[in-house]
Amino acid sequence: MEALIALAVGVLTACSVYLVLRPRTFSVVLGLTLMTYAVNLFLFVSGRLTLHGPPLIIEGIEVHTDPLPQALVLTAIVISFGMTAFLVVLALKGYADLGNDHVDGESREREDRK
Amino acid sequence: MSHWIILPILLPLAAAVLLLAGTPLGLSFKRRVGLAATVLLLPVALKLLAIASGGDVQVYALGDWPAPVGIVLMLDRLSAMMLVLTSVLALASLLYAVSGSDALGRNFHALFQLQLMGINGAFLTGDIFNLFVFFEILLLASYGLLMHGGGAPRARAGLAYVVLNLIGSSVFLVGLGLLYGTLGTLNMADMALQVRLAPADDIPLIRTAATLLLVVFGLKAAMLPLFFWLPRAYGAASAPVAALFAIMTKVGIYAIVRTYNLGFSPEAEALAGITEPWLLPLALLTLALGAFGALAAQRLVTLAAYLVIVSIGTLLAVLSQFDQGATAAALYYLPHSTFATAALFLLADQIARRRAAGDGLYPASPMQRELVPGVLFFVAAMAVAGMPPLSGFLGKMMMLQSVRALDGAAWIWGTVLVSSLLGVLALARAGSLLFWKTEGAAPPASDARLCGRGEAAGLFVLIAAPVLMALFAGPLSDFTQDVAAQLHAPYDYVYDVLGAPAAVLYGPEGK
Repeated sequence: MEALIALAVGVLTACSVYLVLRPRTFSVVLGLTLMTYAVNLFLFVSGRLTLHGPPLIIEGIEVHTDPLPQALVLTAIVISFGMTAFLVVLALKGYADLGNDHVDGESREREDRK
Repeated sequence: MSHWIILPILLPLAAAVLLLAGTPLGLSFKRRVGLAATVLLLPVALKLLAIASGGDVQVYALGDWPAPVGIVLMLDRLSAMMLVLTSVLALASLLYAVSGSDALGRNFHALFQLQLMGINGAFLTGDIFNLFVFFEILLLASYGLLMHGGGAPRARAGLAYVVLNLIGSSVFLVGLGLLYGTLGTLNMADMALQVRLAPADDIPLIRTAATLLLVVFGLKAAMLPLFFWLPRAYGAASAPVAALFAIMTKVGIYAIVRTYNLGFSPEAEALAGITEPWLLPLALLTLALGAFGALAAQRLVTLAAYLVIVSIGTLLAVLSQFDQGATAAALYYLPHSTFATAALFLLADQIARRRAAGDGLYPASPMQRELVPGVLFFVAAMAVAGMPPLSGFLGKMMMLQSVRALDGAAWIWGTVLVSSLLGVLALARAGSLLFWKTEGAAPPASDARLCGRGEAAGLFVLIAAPVLMALFAGPLSDFTQDVAAQLHAPYDYVYDVLGAPAAVLYGPEGK
């Protein structure tokens, strides 16, 4: 299972880096979303992978999972969700103010002709 | 345990909630609440400074859960000093803003208070995950403040700034995940302890995490190669916002000083050599490129933004030595450079208002009523460039003096002195273009009030600060010596935060 999770984090990160480097804001927003997924998954497993272990101390149960990464990842999810929402609004505002959806605010003629 | 410690976080939070709830009550209500909260912050910060100067690390356990299980706030001399600096700077910027530029958008005052809450929280937290949380609070507020007033240049600068900082936050979280996975703690004093107890297999991961955090803090501090966002963002922000942002890069520097003196304390052999190969060369390159940028600037605000980068480079170069004397000198220079660059941002706004060509650095028709801004520009330029008799000169001299015996001395001396010269040249060029090299006839004089009372007051505070810092240089540098002495004794933090048993595990006092 470690390999699977590691692969998932790796693939998500690779895709997000590619998307963030794209010139238009929509793919950048998507890329950042994927990046937060990758990071949240990574943060979640930083307490190690445990199967069938509750995060509480209950009598008769020997295997516990670490509750702190769950709390951390909850905070991170809330923050990244808020940030993504803000970024979408910002990208729309940029499109309205600048008249194009390029990240540096300048559309390139060559590309527009295509 | 005194409850004063949490006030710098609660006070702006309460004010922000009140301001958001009171939106229908209009601008004058908001101005009063915002000003009252910011003015109150100053005595709170001074009280905390008095508490901290006793020399013990004050710990405030939230919910009374002891560290490292619970979350703690931590007050030492450094955080108290940064709180006082923040509250003075915030007061000056807000005084400037209430003269009219706060009316450009609806929620300026609430965002301003949330920004203060984030900054104060970042200075007070004793736990690195909450450093992340407070960073996010201050960043989210800063996104709003940067866009305050609207317009295309702000939208363009804002998008790049937000995207870059979101990537920075992701890297920060990866670093935190690695740290928690290996050390099992996020409390900075406990980290200092756990790093010493960590098994050898985990050391490469911990070193990776420490390097990732250096990247993030370097981004916040605008260190090369991560400073390209700064001139555009600061150049686009409205004047009081740019002045307040002068502290934001210093938050990055604070985070570097805090984490690499405590959590990844250089005393731990496992972590040796993480910052050494990177910090000094990057800081010197930041300094050099900042100076060239200042020479090439086309507007006064861009010039001021590059001078922020110069001050960051100077501070990081000296702090990268992790030497007690050097840290003390840099901590004297830090507030000075914050005040001086903030003053320059406000002055640029004043000058732009009086000139047909705005703050563009090219000959234009003469300025209206140029005497007062001219004199103030002269004082601010002397302060920023580090000319005697102001505190910039004293700070630079102390810093150069303190690194004289250290390894990187030749490089630091050379780069700081040459870039200071370039800074003087850039400011002299700007001054002569703005005030002397005029062409065409003067515009007809108008009687309209060019500078509001609040604006004058805000500018006065920021211009007076370098003068006062030079007058009281003796006591101030004694204090920064104490700050540095406390910072370089991580044992005390472990003892005060975690208690005596943990301190025994940490090792004998001193080394």
